[in-house]
Amino acid sequence: MTESFSFDGTVVTFRPGQTIGAALLATGTRSWRTTRRKGRLRGLFCGIGVCFDCLLTVDGTPDQRACMVEARDGMEVRTQQGVGRAGLAT
Amino acid sequence: MPGSPPDPYDVAVVGAGPAGLAAATTAADHGCATVLLDDAGRPGGQFWRRAPGTAEAGTDPTADRAGLGRVLAGLLADLGRVDVRTRHEVWSVQAEPAGFVVRAQVDVGEVAVRARTLVLAPGAHDRQLPFPGWDTPGVVAAGGLQALAKEHGVLPGRRVVVAGTGPFLLPVAGAVIARGGTVVAVAEAGDGTGWLRGPAALLGTPGRVRDAAGYAAVLARHGVPFLRRTGVVEAVGDHRGVTAAVLARLDGAGRPDGGSRRTVACDVVATGWGFTPRLDLPLGLGCTTRVDRDGSLVVAVTARQETSVVGCFAAGEATGVGGAELAVVEGRLAGLAAAIRLGNAPSDPPPARLLRRRRALRRFAALLHAAHPVPPGWPAWLDGRTTMCRCEEVTVADVDEAVTDLGATDPRTVKLLTRCGMGWCQGRICGEPLARLVAAMTCTPYDPTSMATRPVAVPLTLGALATGPS
Repeated sequence: MTESFSFDGTVVTFRPGQTIGAALLATGTRSWRTTRRKGRLRGLFCGIGVCFDCLLTVDGTPDQRACMVEARDGMEVRTQQGVGRAGLAT
Repeated sequence: MPGSPPDPYDVAVVGAGPAGLAAATTAADHGCATVLLDDAGRPGGQFWRRAPGTAEAGTDPTADRAGLGRVLAGLLADLGRVDVRTRHEVWSVQAEPAGFVVRAQVDVGEVAVRARTLVLAPGAHDRQLPFPGWDTPGVVAAGGLQALAKEHGVLPGRRVVVAGTGPFLLPVAGAVIARGGTVVAVAEAGDGTGWLRGPAALLGTPGRVRDAAGYAAVLARHGVPFLRRTGVVEAVGDHRGVTAAVLARLDGAGRPDGGSRRTVACDVVATGWGFTPRLDLPLGLGCTTRVDRDGSLVVAVTARQETSVVGCFAAGEATGVGGAELAVVEGRLAGLAAAIRLGNAPSDPPPARLLRRRRALRRFAALLHAAHPVPPGWPAWLDGRTTMCRCEEVTVADVDEAVTDLGATDPRTVKLLTRCGMGWCQGRICGEPLARLVAAMTCTPYDPTSMATRPVAVPLTLGALATGPS
């Protein structure tokens, strides 16, 4: 059976060993974060864990690098808005 | 490795790319208890990225630089005596009376390992020069694109423009073609004549010349335009990402000729201007540095690859960008030097064969840096709205204000006034270009040092810090 994770509720299949970022790009998804100040779209840039542009929320934990985190079956991946910690807003 | 791990190890090697693998296996071959730490899921570094499950890196159909795919297989086979710690992201190295302590972030938490000697082989990442639209999704680092293609079999789009400078652009274009993508153009800022100034260096490294010729032949076969003295001066996009790149002819200093601007449709722009060594850890430890010919801040080392910190060695791109084969030679020398310091090897001069090879490869690197410099006129393609700092969303106009209105004369002051370089990446991407831009704006000497110091080399959670190492 193909392995998959959910991305904002849609199913994304991946090849074992692929990062979340690679799997998302394979589906044609190019961005999965909006910036804190200007709300600009961002996706993968450096691709090797250096630039922190490709942050998203994985199983409820924000600020995970899509280019570094290996995709796992059943993960819940979400786009990240702003600081990614809306739950902490007071 | 059976039983509890040594405390301290004889040698800790940080970075499992070509230099780190060579250093760790050499030290272990001399009977040193060796630990190798790397943030990736398996050893190989950026150079030896490969599809999961493959041991050999020689999957590149175009060229195998001097048999380096086989070198990797040999190094991997030789790792049996090394304690390999993957997915360990080292955030700090510190000197102690008896050696060094290396602290790394793992999945959720932190570990500390101690060692009597240390080899730092942190590698490098693509050097970037900001341009209008470079923060649009679909603009990627050339090395990042290659990693996606080689390791994950994925392209971030179908029509790719590759731009920047240096021979690395060729294998990046080759990787796109190998994955079935279309390379719309390769835009090289240089004119290629710099190579003619060092025929002796080329004769010493025939493998590198053959590789470049092989890649050039592939591009020609696929009808890929290779445009000299040309740059991508703008990425155009809509709400989904890049839709086109604006190409322009560059003059000898890299300034675009406005009349030559033309727009080509594409969905990926991949850029690279050589490489920036990752100096966070050596700087944190207090190693003496120097500015290399290509403008990179690098670690100063002795003939035995020892840094100014006794017992700490450095190898690979961190001591001067020169490619994988040079990194392997330097790693072998560093691993041997560590073994000598520990009394595990006789204190003979290093093998002449390695020293000769290092000399030839460094000569080649110097020629490469001279032939493919960061063009001094690059700020001419910026406009006020261009993003300088991707993390903190600082624009060129913000930097200009800090210099012109607020009187900043150095990059660190600009950083403090604008937050340029204060975000998630800690200035890894924008730090060097900011230092270059401020030098150009203020007519002061270029100095990347103040933008390169990062005492905590990786963002950590406060929880991990509070809990401490396990």
